Amino acid sequence: MMDALGLFAEATVRTATPLALAALGEVVAERAGVINLGVEGAIIGGAFAGLVVGGAAGPELGLAGGMLGGLLVALLFAVVAIIGRADQIIAGTAISMFGLGITGVLYRAWYGTSGAALTTPTLSALEIPGLAHIPVVGRALFAQPLPTYLLTVLAAATWWWLMRTHRGLALRACGESPAAARAAGIPVLRVQVGAVLFAGALAGLGGATLVLAQAGTFAEGMSAGRGFVAIAIVVLGRWHPLGAVGAAVVFGAASALQTLFQALGSTLPYQLFLALPYLLTLAALAGVAGRTRAPAALGVPLPDDD
Amino acid sequence: MTTGVAPALALGAIDKRFGATVALTNASLVVAPGTVHAVLGENGAGKTTLLRIAFGLLSPDAGAVHVAGARVTLRSPHDAIGAGIGMVQQHYSLVPAMTVAENVALGRRGGVDRTAMHAQVMATAAALGFVVEPDARVESLSVSAQQRVEIIKAVAHGARLLILDEPTAVLAPSEADALLERLRAFAARGGAVVLITHHLREALRSADDVTVLRRGHTVLAAPAATLTEDALVAAMIGDRLPRTAADPTPAAPGAPVLRVQQVTVHDARGVPRLRDVSLTVHAGEIVGIAGVEGSGTRELVRVLAGRVAPEAGTVTLPAAVGFVPEDRHRDALMLTASLAENFALAESGAARGAMPWRTMTATTATLIERFDVRGATPSTPAAALSGGNQQKFVVGRAVVTAPDALVVESPSRGLDVRATQDIHATLRTRRAAGAAVVVTSPDLDELLALADRIIVCYEGTLREVARDLALIGRTMVGAHD
Amino acid sequence: MRWRSPWVTAGLVLVGAGLVLLVVLVVTGHAPVPALAALGRGAVGSWYTFTSTTLVRATPLILSGLAVAIAFRAGVLNIGAEGQLLMGAAAATAVALTVPSGGVVLALFAGLVGGLLWTIIPVVLTQRFGVLEVISTLLMNAVALYVVGWLVRGPLQEPTGIYPQSGVLSEATRLPLLWNGTRLHAGFLLALVCAGALWWFGARTAAGFRLRAVGLNAHAAASAGRIDVARTSQRAFLVSGVLAGLAGAVEVQGVTYGLYENLSPGYGYTAIAVALLGRLDARAVVAAAILFAALQAGGSAMQRDAGVPAVTVKVVEAVLILGVISATAWQRRQESRA
Repeated sequence: MMDALGLFAEATVRTATPLALAALGEVVAERAGVINLGVEGAIIGGAFAGLVVGGAAGPELGLAGGMLGGLLVALLFAVVAIIGRADQIIAGTAISMFGLGITGVLYRAWYGTSGAALTTPTLSALEIPGLAHIPVVGRALFAQPLPTYLLTVLAAATWWWLMRTHRGLALRACGESPAAARAAGIPVLRVQVGAVLFAGALAGLGGATLVLAQAGTFAEGMSAGRGFVAIAIVVLGRWHPLGAVGAAVVFGAASALQTLFQALGSTLPYQLFLALPYLLTLAALAGVAGRTRAPAALGVPLPDDD
Repeated sequence: MTTGVAPALALGAIDKRFGATVALTNASLVVAPGTVHAVLGENGAGKTTLLRIAFGLLSPDAGAVHVAGARVTLRSPHDAIGAGIGMVQQHYSLVPAMTVAENVALGRRGGVDRTAMHAQVMATAAALGFVVEPDARVESLSVSAQQRVEIIKAVAHGARLLILDEPTAVLAPSEADALLERLRAFAARGGAVVLITHHLREALRSADDVTVLRRGHTVLAAPAATLTEDALVAAMIGDRLPRTAADPTPAAPGAPVLRVQQVTVHDARGVPRLRDVSLTVHAGEIVGIAGVEGSGTRELVRVLAGRVAPEAGTVTLPAAVGFVPEDRHRDALMLTASLAENFALAESGAARGAMPWRTMTATTATLIERFDVRGATPSTPAAALSGGNQQKFVVGRAVVTAPDALVVESPSRGLDVRATQDIHATLRTRRAAGAAVVVTSPDLDELLALADRIIVCYEGTLREVARDLALIGRTMVGAHD
Repeated sequence: MRWRSPWVTAGLVLVGAGLVLLVVLVVTGHAPVPALAALGRGAVGSWYTFTSTTLVRATPLILSGLAVAIAFRAGVLNIGAEGQLLMGAAAATAVALTVPSGGVVLALFAGLVGGLLWTIIPVVLTQRFGVLEVISTLLMNAVALYVVGWLVRGPLQEPTGIYPQSGVLSEATRLPLLWNGTRLHAGFLLALVCAGALWWFGARTAAGFRLRAVGLNAHAAASAGRIDVARTSQRAFLVSGVLAGLAGAVEVQGVTYGLYENLSPGYGYTAIAVALLGRLDARAVVAAAILFAALQAGGSAMQRDAGVPAVTVKVVEAVLILGVISATAWQRRQESRA
């Protein structure tokens, strides 16, 4: 039983890590007033870039490559939706489609037409002496590959920056009232572009994590809707960096129930467990929606003269 | 004006166009330090555009900006703030969801130090003679309190020159007096204040100098002491018709048309806006409703127009009520759709079956002609019209079907003198034809010019008062007894 | 002031997308000429390929494109056509297999009810709880995929219980062919009829006008038009679900004759591109759907004959959407500047 719980905790953290990275970035983008449905595209872009760079220069640099890949996808979104003022939701959907398509095309062009699975070196788990042997949660929290620790640091840093610095205050002002932010001398357009690029880099890191710390291979469409889940997680986490990480862990736990129940010999259809996190998210959204408020200017294109 | 000292702000030979529209040609403004300077002009004369250039929100096509004697290039408000300029715009630049202290701190760098932020807000407020609560959320404050936060914010950011765009338009007369007094004190301590206004009396009473703009250029710049109301009117409207004050035709009220009895309305947050209110508007009269923001005027107007259903009380309305809302872009028009479609929008909630587009288009063409909507055809998108022509279209749409009742919010918003007169004439014609007309306006002069009866709305209750400017002003802030 | 024709914009966007396709081909080391020739052959090379691949593929795209268009017109961002289509397909299959002699119409009806039921959930979540429909419909798409996965391995699995797919639909429940010797089925005609009806509804009726008014400016619709905004957008959302569900039923009854997991190659997502390229106009949606179907059919031929991955078409689709919305935003800014 302890083993099963330990595996459950590990599976939770494994599922939560890329989701939390992507959601953390999206919190910053949405707090700046941009709803970026291109997260899915940035994740798959990061996964592919992670494969390319990781294969050539090792998995650690691969993570950096993944961030760059996600950033490039986000740049396209920024040009169309922020600078070009196109509808953010539709632009995001199209960017995700683009990311899924272009990585498929390049993967086949560079790694063979069959799209056969290939393996890439992965990041091994870094055990923190002593702590890793705590029952149940020890391995889940203290014997993880690099990205999980990066997430911890990034979440804390993002929280501090967003909620405890004047720059963070300025970014939040852009999401609440771009006109007010502008009148206070804040370059709203640049802030929004920066926030979206940050979100892209983090989503890319999440994607690279899938390849370099989990699957050890790339597959077309392997982001599998995680970007869209990340956006739901941002709402669940009430647009707060730590809330988003918490919501990602809840989603991860719901997914991990599958392993727990299988370990317990359940005969329920496994699709139920696959769908469960989505259903729980929908239910939680219904519960949370009335009691929290999105940034007032979320998704609203900036006026022309900005 | 003092000579020898560099002006706090000097705008010289400014040109600005928006596409084909010329907003400013050879406009200038010189503000001496230590003074309050009023900038007057009709709607659309270019007052706001000129001062938006001074605050870096717009860049001029030609001309120079000098601050305290030095030439500056203001690419953004950031540059203007750096040059010691602050601006309180008509639509406040505050973040509603944030606190007063956070709003004041906006635009700084480094870590957030709450104690220091509070201390600065309190110190700045004290120096200006204002009282504020640094931890209050801005959205919970009244309009006048928000205005004070805007001023504190500008001064806390180092503004020595304050520009205020129509600051008294949203204030009750007593609040306006208090504000102007604080601004004079700020100027007396070595600052400078620019008041953009259309109130002649206010300009003459509280400003040291006056600059008048007409059609984008400066036509008059002189000390207020040397000017009279008539001189200002002449400068503002040039050789055109002066504005008519009183209404020659007396009202002959008939049967009740609009009737609300013991009506109560709460807003989205559950705050009562109208408390047990009753009012009857008769055929053939114009009733003016006065009230400061948040007084319940807005809700009363929407109940009378059948746009808001009250939680309690009875409402008797005719089937169709022509309604002209204050914010035409938000509440009246589909900007990207054609005028014919915008015409069809009116009362389309009750339409059934097929749309009679042919009739709609023909009626729209008639409307365009009758109400002098310039440069438009039924297929022109609403966005392509100027603000004044949009307003004429919206008023025309409410009137053209000759409804028994007409409810009009701020009839002359964004209009020049002539268009205002046209719209006033339209409303009087409807009254003469036996319609019941309800009008609100932040401009009490306009209300007096139009209305047969004046009702003041104060904290959700109604009181009928005599047609007397001072009395209305006092009643609006609850100081009637 | 520049009032540019939407057709000019659409043309420019198409040319732009063509250039992007060329660039992708060159970058990935494929000779453009044979690849494009294969694309053309696969799309419109013969009467048979045109009817049996392009028009057959266009059928679900027209229906789901109309679904997206009517929702977007009312300002409802229903991204859930994919899930609604899958549930329509599942419901049609279930009814057709349960009542093999029930005929074509009963199964089609089941399909639209399936789409409708699947849409009620996000409608309630939006209107009662204020959940963004974009998020709820995206999540519902994922759930729909798992529901189909469970159905084809559980209650609807084919009798031998080996393959993850349903049994085969009886002749009586299949849509008849329009032309002998091709695979074009009556569903295409149904899609055209739906497009015609929706066009008439949008352009000529008061209810259709209300829907557009709510999408253009909900505040003005409520204030000037006294339109019940919530009810109008709710209806548009439900009709959208019905059309997407119908698309699924038509695909099952006209093409696959059964349910399986990869039934939809993302029709519901391509539908967004179709609706936008068609500028939410029912007639133009038909043209856009045929264009995308031709691209996809040609894409398959390109992969088969020239070794160019079919996923390239997805990139072109995305570029088309980005082009259309960028052009729209640009035009709007030009207009408001004038």
